[in-house]
Amino acid sequence: MADQPTSGGGSQPSKPPPWNDPAVRSIVFQVLALVVLGWFFWTILNNTLANMERRGISTGFAFLDRAAGFGILMSLIPYDESNSYGRTFVVGLLNTVLVAFLGIILATVLGFVLGVARLSNNWVIAKLATVYVEVVRNIPLLLQIFFWYIAVLQALPGIRQSITVGDAFYLNNRGFFFPKPIFGDGFGLVWIALIVAVAAIVCLRKWARQRLDRTGQLFPVIYVSIGLIIGLPLLAFLAMGAPLSFEFAELQRFRLAGGASVIPELMALLWALTMYTAAFIAEIVRAGILAVSHGQTEASRALGLKNSQTLQLVVIPQAMRVIIPPLTSQYLNLTKNSSLATAIGYPDLVAVFMGTTLNQTGQAVEIVAMTMAVYLTISLLISLVMNIYNRRMALVER
Amino acid sequence: MDEAAASQDNGSDGIIRMIDVNKWFGEFHVLKNINLNVGAGERIVICGPSGSGKSTVIRCINRLEEHQRGRIIVDGVELTNDLKHIEQIRREVGMCFQHFNLFPHLTVLDNLCLAPQYVRKVPRAEAEETAMMYLERVQIPEQADKFPGQLSGGQQQRVAIARSLCMSPKIMLFDEPTSALDPEMIKEVLDTMIELAETGMTMLVVTHEMGFAKTVANRVIFMDGGEVIEVNEPNEFFDNPQHDRTQLFLSQILAH
Repeated sequence: MADQPTSGGGSQPSKPPPWNDPAVRSIVFQVLALVVLGWFFWTILNNTLANMERRGISTGFAFLDRAAGFGILMSLIPYDESNSYGRTFVVGLLNTVLVAFLGIILATVLGFVLGVARLSNNWVIAKLATVYVEVVRNIPLLLQIFFWYIAVLQALPGIRQSITVGDAFYLNNRGFFFPKPIFGDGFGLVWIALIVAVAAIVCLRKWARQRLDRTGQLFPVIYVSIGLIIGLPLLAFLAMGAPLSFEFAELQRFRLAGGASVIPELMALLWALTMYTAAFIAEIVRAGILAVSHGQTEASRALGLKNSQTLQLVVIPQAMRVIIPPLTSQYLNLTKNSSLATAIGYPDLVAVFMGTTLNQTGQAVEIVAMTMAVYLTISLLISLVMNIYNRRMALVER
Repeated sequence: MDEAAASQDNGSDGIIRMIDVNKWFGEFHVLKNINLNVGAGERIVICGPSGSGKSTVIRCINRLEEHQRGRIIVDGVELTNDLKHIEQIRREVGMCFQHFNLFPHLTVLDNLCLAPQYVRKVPRAEAEETAMMYLERVQIPEQADKFPGQLSGGQQQRVAIARSLCMSPKIMLFDEPTSALDPEMIKEVLDTMIELAETGMTMLVVTHEMGFAKTVANRVIFMDGGEVIEVNEPNEFFDNPQHDRTQLFLSQILAH
């Protein structure tokens, strides 16, 4: 009865033929798209494997266990020529993570300062921040990396003419040298004290919050926290008889021996990434603060809240929800841009693994795939963390 | 005049005094020689065509706008650039806005507790108690844990009124509190305001709700072009307007 469309005004409307039914169409097109895509990738994979076989290139990840035989300028873990290609991957990965991690922290701090400065009532500060942003974000990043590396750091004096502070810190065209801390027996207690201090601060914040709710008294959490985080480890340090010594870099004929150092490649890359990304973050922060309607500030002031309280309790929490999504993009950009390291020879993942290791082994498919997988993983992790944070900050409406 | 002298004669001379207040927005002379004396417990309605400066007058009282000439003395404290004075006055003066301006990232209850906790240093439990009392007075205690975005316009404005009252102000300013509301919600907000008037609160209300003016106001002020054109008791004001411009304005808004 129901599929007799015209008979007697039935309760069901007439059913269109399948080629006009949006639901059917949608399914057909989706299946079609999947089939085409699957065929495309299957062909590529097949083709690649066939080609590699014809040229006698072995596939698989066995090469990772072979000895690398080349040195790497900087490594966070012990590494020398006899280590495997697998280890070059880890060394490159750690160097990438190091520069991305430091870059994100520094760019965030600098970006927030600049963003707030651009909104400052102080004319000079606002204009300086504007000039900074407009200059830095409009010059290609690669150019900036070259600028810092070649024009600034390479132009520093040589080792014998190092700029030095008290024969402890040296700055020259080989990098920045500083005394290396040697932790003596019992220094572990200082680390423990530091952890205790952090835990104490977390508890203190909770307690202060409850105290505010209970009595209305504000507790100077910040000052006490600073006191704790410095005081407790210092106390432990002194109690253990100051078990810390320094190995100073020593100026020899052609080199600085001992001590610890930061290579100029890392400084140039980190500084360029930080400055460049901070310019974008500054604009994001400015936009976020401006996006909070002026009525919010007025309502807060009308209630008697001070300017600092208005900023902290009303404006920033609302600005954050506008700031976080584009901020995430900037973090991802910074991480991916760190691969420009290759241009100045900072041994990041691309330079080491996709550069030297790939050249030596010829395992292009595996190495490119692994490198891409690394960036994808790091990026997705950053996205995940920021999305969780974003959800916590999001507004509830309706 | 120093503060002590000012506070001495505020009983006789009014809780808000504006003496020859002038204000410019750039070249635009928005307030011209405003003189106003509001007694404690008085309820004043300010009306006038848009751009007449009526909102600016009440926004000067809690320093959301700065006046450039003349004096404003609120509850014995003169408004100057002194932040202490401004803070002191803002604690005593509550304000409701046309667009409510509730804090969307906080629940209704947190909206109400924020200022008492951070400005008056009231313990949370006490602040919550006061907040619930005022929410009951504006008849929406059941919305305490919702966010402003989940409420209707009328409910939001009532929350905004409750939020101001939580600071126990001596004076309440209303800047077109019903202009952004649907007709059926205007009544619930006006009822709340009438109830508030019955408690003896000093109120300055910028509004076009003439029915409200008739039932609640002690005086109606008509402004045009930055000047006070006419001040009168509501009945006189509506039945027997003295000035041409008042007559024109009233004919326009009462025509339909």
